[in-house]
Amino acid sequence: MDITTEDALVDAVRGATAPLCVQGGGTRGVLVQGDVLSVAGLGGITLYEPGAMTLVARAGTPVAEIEKALAGENQRLAFEPMDHRKLLGGQGTPTIGGVMAANVSGPRRLSVGAARDFLLGVRFVDGRGAVVKNGGRVMKNVTGYDLVKLMAGSFGALGVLSEVSMKVLPRPEAQASLILVGLDEVGAVGAMAQALGSPYEVTGAAHDPVLRRTLLRVEGFETSVAYRLDQLRALLTITGAEMDVAVAKASEDMWQEIRDVACFAGEDGDVWRVSCKPSDGPAIAERSGALAWFYDWAGGLIWLRTKAGHDLRANVGRFGGHATLVRGDAATMARLGMFHPESAGVARLTAGLRAQFDPRRIFNPGLMEQAA
Amino acid sequence: MEMPVPNSAIIARKARVVERLQSVLPADAVIFDTHETRAYECDALTAYKCAPLVAVLPNSTQEVSDVLRICHEEGVPVVPRGSGTSLAGGALPTADCVILGVARMNDVIETDYDNRFIRVQTGRTNLSVTGAVEEHGFFYAPDPSSQLACAIAGNIAMNSGGAHCLKYGVTTNNLMGVTMVMMDGEVIEIGGAHLDAGGLDLLGVICGSEGQLGVVTEATLRILHKPEGARPVLIGFDDNEVAGACVSDIIKAGVLPVAIEFMDRPCIEATEAFAKAGYPMCEALLIIEVEGSDAEIDHQLALISDIARRHDPVELRQSKSAEESAKIWLGRKSAFGAMGQINDYMCLDGTIPVSSLPHVLKRISEMSDEYGLKVGNVFHAGDGNMHPLILYDANKPGDLELCEAFGAEILKLCVEVGGCLTGEHGVGIEKRDLMHVQYTPVDLDAQMLVKDVFDPAWLLNPAKVFPLDASESRRAVTLAAE
Repeated sequence: MDITTEDALVDAVRGATAPLCVQGGGTRGVLVQGDVLSVAGLGGITLYEPGAMTLVARAGTPVAEIEKALAGENQRLAFEPMDHRKLLGGQGTPTIGGVMAANVSGPRRLSVGAARDFLLGVRFVDGRGAVVKNGGRVMKNVTGYDLVKLMAGSFGALGVLSEVSMKVLPRPEAQASLILVGLDEVGAVGAMAQALGSPYEVTGAAHDPVLRRTLLRVEGFETSVAYRLDQLRALLTITGAEMDVAVAKASEDMWQEIRDVACFAGEDGDVWRVSCKPSDGPAIAERSGALAWFYDWAGGLIWLRTKAGHDLRANVGRFGGHATLVRGDAATMARLGMFHPESAGVARLTAGLRAQFDPRRIFNPGLMEQAA
Repeated sequence: MEMPVPNSAIIARKARVVERLQSVLPADAVIFDTHETRAYECDALTAYKCAPLVAVLPNSTQEVSDVLRICHEEGVPVVPRGSGTSLAGGALPTADCVILGVARMNDVIETDYDNRFIRVQTGRTNLSVTGAVEEHGFFYAPDPSSQLACAIAGNIAMNSGGAHCLKYGVTTNNLMGVTMVMMDGEVIEIGGAHLDAGGLDLLGVICGSEGQLGVVTEATLRILHKPEGARPVLIGFDDNEVAGACVSDIIKAGVLPVAIEFMDRPCIEATEAFAKAGYPMCEALLIIEVEGSDAEIDHQLALISDIARRHDPVELRQSKSAEESAKIWLGRKSAFGAMGQINDYMCLDGTIPVSSLPHVLKRISEMSDEYGLKVGNVFHAGDGNMHPLILYDANKPGDLELCEAFGAEILKLCVEVGGCLTGEHGVGIEKRDLMHVQYTPVDLDAQMLVKDVFDPAWLLNPAKVFPLDASESRRAVTLAAE
């Protein structure tokens, strides 16, 4: 059934008698048993005010359509949402609803915040078929509970997004990356910490252990970018790394590859994503049993490739953070779970919220739920 | 402002409740003498007062847990309190409640510059978080005006903002993790030194929940290195519509200032009379601040000035030094005090889409005439957060009620043009009964579903945020269980 209006979405939810697999463009690798309930037909930008840095769109609007409209006004989605298609080998069309439901952010999350930080308002249909709105289209809003944040990253488990409103930001005039070559992992995380702990506004910090290459991105006005690159270079001379610079398109391309985890595309095995305290990164990667990995978010995000079916969480053991299985076959997903197990208290709250918002348990059953 | 009738059965059990609380807390941490409990009768919304049954000042998460477990068993409502600086009445007690103040819990637990976070007990004041890290060149970004006094606990409860949030975001964008005690005494950890949730974003809904979901005792906060410098430009206009267009053009040109402050004529006049900052007498004044190295600041201020000149400003003053910056900020920072010199005032904080600014200011001015009450407007123009200051005389019978009615009209207008009731102060009791204006019963029910999960007995700060008629059936469950 092609859903093109919010009313039709309500009807579909109310009329459902069996579990639903909630989807936008279906590109994010969520494997759930159930009838597909897609909002891909619920598209269109409904409001865009460049001078107020706000954009409202129906959930099924393709990300590309939004990025095109923003580019026309020299603005962008600053949280840099990843495109999963290369990594997961998917087809589909990524939608803005999917981006928000999965809280998909890229390298710039480190400095400007995640998708959830740019989401200002939502409309969604809950499991009872009620249309709920929360937040709005203004940047500062503390009127009532922030269900906007709760919906961001809820993977459709609490409700189906029908419309989202977002904060957007100007596209800077220039960008460049300082490239450090030769650092080991601990050294690279230290160098990235130094750069992030400076006033030079680094908007990306990633390290590839295979190439021993560390990237630090700065963005802004041309003269400012040049100045900050020089300052960072001076600051990091002490690391002894060889230094080089990539500007404009060359820099953009490198960050797009990091964003989309291009180096694991087409390679065998499962792919995991670990969020941790940046300085814990190297030790976690070391004991993960993975075949390959690289760091984003100054070490706080590790992308790891393992052999199929490998239980990375068991290898890593307890740590502050979480490990998400992003790519794996259905059996592995079912056995290990896509999401990190929660503590008993948090799991009880999660289960309670699901029971409230989806009392018939029809949205993405099994997903985000603790294995019994 | 209507509050629920206090539960006389609880008040009758006061001695027993006090005795049980004393069994888990040091003697000086349980305040029950009626002269002493009056110190907790209100927060910064001083128009409403009610002494609590008991006030407790625990020293640790364990003590908070003990207090909540006892109150849970006794069916006693609990009103959490940070520093009591809420402008919305978020910490207003009821006669049958225990005030749980976290002020004694103000330690720094951990600072980590490599990973850019600080972990503090939540009784610590906002400014002293920055105080703990500034020696290393770092700061904590959210900067509510009350930052000298307000506690992180209250900042989290209200999701506080500040003048610099255009660039750095509000509390929720800078909060990484919490230790929270549930109403039944269970202690849970959410988030930490890593980014983003591994499952549902509970941290996101806890922040801004006005002390209704749990008591946050420890928080992990993001810290940042200070910019090399910051300087403002002051621009005066003869028309507030033109000032609004200028803001929009600056943003469209790709400049992202750290703050854009707006003052209207009544506010400029009051401020000049009070602080003598040398502001031009005009309809609208913008103070726009940018950050970076000296050269970066000069470049951005030049761009902003070029755009402003296209809008025929009556005054354009670029700061070249720290002294000039201080002078430009002097008036803005004295604005509330200046208005307070004239009379008592009520400060609202509705947010509007920036494009509606001229229309909203015009309507406020018309309403000011209708109600016969003066109003001055200070405004975080970059993000649409207004601060209309309505002047009234607290000693004149009926003036407060008139002022509240005027305030409600302004907030309804904010919602009407696509904005909201409160941008950074919170709902509390002040805007509780206006929630119907912004949200349908279904929208409100969805929010209350969350409270049902975290606090099934509705004992935490129960008479706030939701209109009493909307929450009545849920609160009644507790009463019936008595």
